[in-house]
Amino acid sequence: MQQSNYIIEVNNVSKQFEDGKFALDNVSLSIRKGEFVTILGPSGCGKTTLLRCIAGFQVASSGDVLLNGEDITQIPPYKRPVNTVFQKYALFPHLNVFDNVAFGLKLKKFDRTTITQKVKSALKTVGMTDYEYRDVDSLSGGQQQRVAIARAIVNQPEVLLLDEPLAALDLKMRKDMQIELKEMHKKLGITFIYVTHDQEEALTLSDRVVVMSEGKIQQIGTPSEVYNEPVNCFVADFIGESNILNGVMLEDRRVRFCEHEFDCVDTGFGENVPVDVVVRPEDWYIFDASDAAQLTGIVQSCIFKGVHYEMAVLTPNGYEFMVQDYHAFEPGREVGLLVKPEDIQVMKKERLCNTFEGEILAGNKVCFLDADWDIPGQVAQQFEVGTKVQVTVGFNRITLEDHEEDGLLTGVVHFILYKGDHYHLTVRTDDGEDLFVDTRDVWDDGDRVGIVISPDNIHVSPISSEK
Amino acid sequence: MSRTNQPPMTSAQLEAARRARISRRRRFFSQTYLWVLLLVLYAPIFVIIIFSFTESKVLGNWTGFSFHLYEQLFTGNAGRSLNSAIVNTALIALISALFSTLLGTLAAIGIYNMRQRDRKIINFLNSIPMINPDILTGISLFLLFVFLGISRGFMTVVIAHIVFCTPYVVLSVMPRLSKMNPNIYEAALDLGATPMQALRKVMLPELFPGMLSGFILSVTLSIDDFGVTFFTKGSGGLETLSTFIYVDARKGGLTPELRPLFSVIFLTMFVLLLIINWRAERGNTKKQNNDK
Repeated sequence: MQQSNYIIEVNNVSKQFEDGKFALDNVSLSIRKGEFVTILGPSGCGKTTLLRCIAGFQVASSGDVLLNGEDITQIPPYKRPVNTVFQKYALFPHLNVFDNVAFGLKLKKFDRTTITQKVKSALKTVGMTDYEYRDVDSLSGGQQQRVAIARAIVNQPEVLLLDEPLAALDLKMRKDMQIELKEMHKKLGITFIYVTHDQEEALTLSDRVVVMSEGKIQQIGTPSEVYNEPVNCFVADFIGESNILNGVMLEDRRVRFCEHEFDCVDTGFGENVPVDVVVRPEDWYIFDASDAAQLTGIVQSCIFKGVHYEMAVLTPNGYEFMVQDYHAFEPGREVGLLVKPEDIQVMKKERLCNTFEGEILAGNKVCFLDADWDIPGQVAQQFEVGTKVQVTVGFNRITLEDHEEDGLLTGVVHFILYKGDHYHLTVRTDDGEDLFVDTRDVWDDGDRVGIVISPDNIHVSPISSEK
Repeated sequence: MSRTNQPPMTSAQLEAARRARISRRRRFFSQTYLWVLLLVLYAPIFVIIIFSFTESKVLGNWTGFSFHLYEQLFTGNAGRSLNSAIVNTALIALISALFSTLLGTLAAIGIYNMRQRDRKIINFLNSIPMINPDILTGISLFLLFVFLGISRGFMTVVIAHIVFCTPYVVLSVMPRLSKMNPNIYEAALDLGATPMQALRKVMLPELFPGMLSGFILSVTLSIDDFGVTFFTKGSGGLETLSTFIYVDARKGGLTPELRPLFSVIFLTMFVLLLIINWRAERGNTKKQNNDK
């Protein structure tokens, strides 16, 4: 039998809730012994569900979870050699600090002296030596968190699961605890799986970061990989600040965006392929306009952020960039911008236009997204009524209306990505389908909109045989 | 004619004086109202307590101070039927409260873990027996026992009391559950406790205050009950305090020993209430101190 050096393996795990929503959608993840892995994502992305599947509080709808190569998918939590630190500590209020920490040991029927010894050493590890007989309610948030960690590590689990353990602490406390956690991880040598929505925390603590969104893993990599080489717009946008733009890969090591050609280091995309380009605000060099500049622009705003200044620079052709620099350039000043080839990150586009499956209806209509749309007569006549067709609509061919009644379909603005000169919105229809819209109008996350597509902008083609 | 030395009051001073007068008057009326209300509420009880210290057969006739009725009551010379009624009442109250507390607590945990919609429905169903008039509960239970062919007696009274006490226990345990950190049950499982152990070692200690108040409530409700008991006690001669008094009063006048009995019950309840309030108070200040 192959003895893998992975301690936790999650294979194709999906979790569907009773309402039919997928909290996890075919997630696979392998974690090595002794690793510090962080699962990072916005709230509702499924990160806590994944952790709960590993802890055993939730059972995957499909797929399996292995521990040391053994299938533990159906094993109840109290038989798993993993321990959890909960977000809101979940200490037992009727027990004092000592009895809280000793809870697991007493269940395992250790003798008194062993228990005392182990509890004392666990409390020492978390720096709570003199608090044994204190009431847990009398402790501060940070102290309760330490007791919760002690209660988990005293059982010497093979894997320690931490569910946003620092979320309830204030900033200063959080920073201190981060350092302590990191040291604790080194000292104990056990595997840590850490869930957080705080990207800075994830980058600071982990050996590897797992970025999740909408129940799917977007990227797995070291902190520097996910920061410097994000694989898609979601990761680039979620981790750190970024300028994300539409671009065209002209050839290997040559990309065009913002109506200017740049050298870059990426290869293998092909020629004249549309791509997404990411430039981090701190990677732009900003200086008084000169011949060295790749782009020129006017400073729109300048905000002092402590370590650096954050400036918005608008180019003559209407692109806006966020730039960070130690030097301030006051609004109205003409500046030049420059970026080094290795600081340009090129990403494959996930999609080029909206694609749906549709069906031709009588009366020059096509049905897709559960609505009947008008299309020009000459287009409809090319197909028989009832034919299944592929419908494509360009991102910038969809109009969003303030008044829901004005649209044939209604939806909610779900995700907003600023692309320098326009917004790329994800609009989720009431049936749960996603629609992607490019617009210059400003919408807020959660806005309800009516969706309008004019007949001329609906392209209908026969379904291609290769799928 | 002598003129006063005081300068004439300004209009502002007059206004202030007027307001002070009004507020004094208001306070007087609100205080009076409160005391009159309390007097009306407690006067009957005081009358009973006062006349428990005299031997007179008829209430309202003072024949000199005496502990005689108390002696009678505690030495068991007040009559066999009164004694057995007291014992029955106490037994029924304790047994039914105990079962109601267990049943209600488990039910509350189950209801709490239901989905939002189901929880609302069950909570609604749970509140119906509480607003249902006793007479209805009594008659319907009576019919049920007759229909099922169960001979009525001590057991049926206990069952009936469990039926109407349990919803109150559910109601007093629920708030403890909602206040509880939902993760602590999982934390216990995580540390190696089986579901039974987690229930015993973590959930029950947490829910205990709610269970205790549910228990006390059940005891008082059970002692208090007449309607349901009357219809479920059968004709085997079983009497509780309430049914005994009913029969006794119809026979002509109350047994004098009931007066010291009422006084003792009132005093017990009074002390119990003080203890409960004192515990709640202490719990609150402890929480506040810890929050500092």
